[in-house]
Amino acid sequence: MSVKQKTKSLKARESVLSSPFFQLEVLSGQQVSDQIFQPFEVKTGSAIRPVTPEILQINIGKLCNQSCAHCHVDAGPDRKQENMSQETLEKLLDLIDAHPFTTIDITGGAPEMNPHFRWFVEACRTRKVQIINRCNLTIITSNRKYQDLPEFFAANKVHIVASLPYFSKTRTDNQRGEGVFDASIAGLKMLNTVGYGVENSALKLDLVYNPAGTFLPGDQLGLEKEFKDKLWRLHQVTFNKLLTITNLPISRFLDHLLSNGQYDSYMQTLIDAFNPATLDGLMCRNTISVSWDGYLYDCDFNQMLDLKVDSISNHIDHFDIATLMSRKIVTNQHCYGCTAGAGSSCGGEIVK
Amino acid sequence: MKNSYFHPDDLRKFGNITEFQEEMGNKFFDWYGEVFKEGALTKKEKCLIALAVAHAISCPYCMDAYTNNSLAEGADETEMMEAIHVAAAIKGGATLVNSVMMMNQVKEKLM
Repeated sequence: MSVKQKTKSLKARESVLSSPFFQLEVLSGQQVSDQIFQPFEVKTGSAIRPVTPEILQINIGKLCNQSCAHCHVDAGPDRKQENMSQETLEKLLDLIDAHPFTTIDITGGAPEMNPHFRWFVEACRTRKVQIINRCNLTIITSNRKYQDLPEFFAANKVHIVASLPYFSKTRTDNQRGEGVFDASIAGLKMLNTVGYGVENSALKLDLVYNPAGTFLPGDQLGLEKEFKDKLWRLHQVTFNKLLTITNLPISRFLDHLLSNGQYDSYMQTLIDAFNPATLDGLMCRNTISVSWDGYLYDCDFNQMLDLKVDSISNHIDHFDIATLMSRKIVTNQHCYGCTAGAGSSCGGEIVK
Repeated sequence: MKNSYFHPDDLRKFGNITEFQEEMGNKFFDWYGEVFKEGALTKKEKCLIALAVAHAISCPYCMDAYTNNSLAEGADETEMMEAIHVAAAIKGGATLVNSVMMMNQVKEKLM
């Protein structure tokens, strides 16, 4: 099934926003806004400190079969340069062997488009870790060579975390590209067929919901009920959990906010919804994020803003857990996205 | 005084009503919070009712707030518009049902 590209990457458009430096200038209020928003570190009152890392999140590359309007990675079919090599993946396996990570969280781009993806998943399988793959669903039907992915995932007990912003075609396609909703439903049905997301199965299929616009996600459990009801009634599709994620004001979503004159009001919405109870559960505290070229970050969003960990141990070639544990988490104005309302993380809302 | 009655920014200041009457204001917000919790009705259903009422009473702040909240709780465009049609139908019906009184009176007075 084919999907139309919603947009081009900021890089392909040669937009100034493809530069992390320029994005940080915007967030610091020096480029576009008359308003000076309170700095995030002033709002939190003290530095955020890490706990023992449990999750190794690997951004395996920016290559993707989609170009979604809100993508914080600026991924797309043109991003062929930024893909993790087998050599880097081998070094990561050594890291996994030497440290007590419990979860390997593979993201992208479309991770499955990295030529070493299957080899890496199988190598992780032989280790005692949970493997998460962040799947865009449409990759499964995009090309014959990906159609056996559901069987591959099942054979390797991969936990699938799949993107689906809404249960209607219009809202989904407006964010992710024409044809994405139908292809996503087809992908979900194929995953259900091999046992993903169905009752009494050990194969977990979670959906990620992010608002298709400039509003915050509502109650995660309420939305999950709504998604389950609608997806079953209209498409006979099942899944396990719905994870709500807030759109952070970076990359293409920042471009959307600026292009539509909504930057100030969205930032204000995030700041008004600041919830200090989310700080303890922020994902940056127990996650190490690795980029395609082996650098280390506190989260995938910091990675896209090129805000490396504040430590001399900032690359897998000199990974030292004790040094990393003494660092402060690097924060900036985009962090208001993860602390708004019930909070936001790669595992969904933070506080119930 | 500003030179118009409604300012979108004033919605953010709703919480400040406690400034002039703290005890009653706090009681109102406690009750308000309780009303919109998930109960026999879901949060989404409550948001859609609020959206419809907002239109019926022509409160722009409420329309703004409950358009956002309905979206956040997963309502789609059709559900939101149908909720407003319900409000409009009741308002229209309320106008028309009073015409029975007019008709009664007319019938009484005419020969």
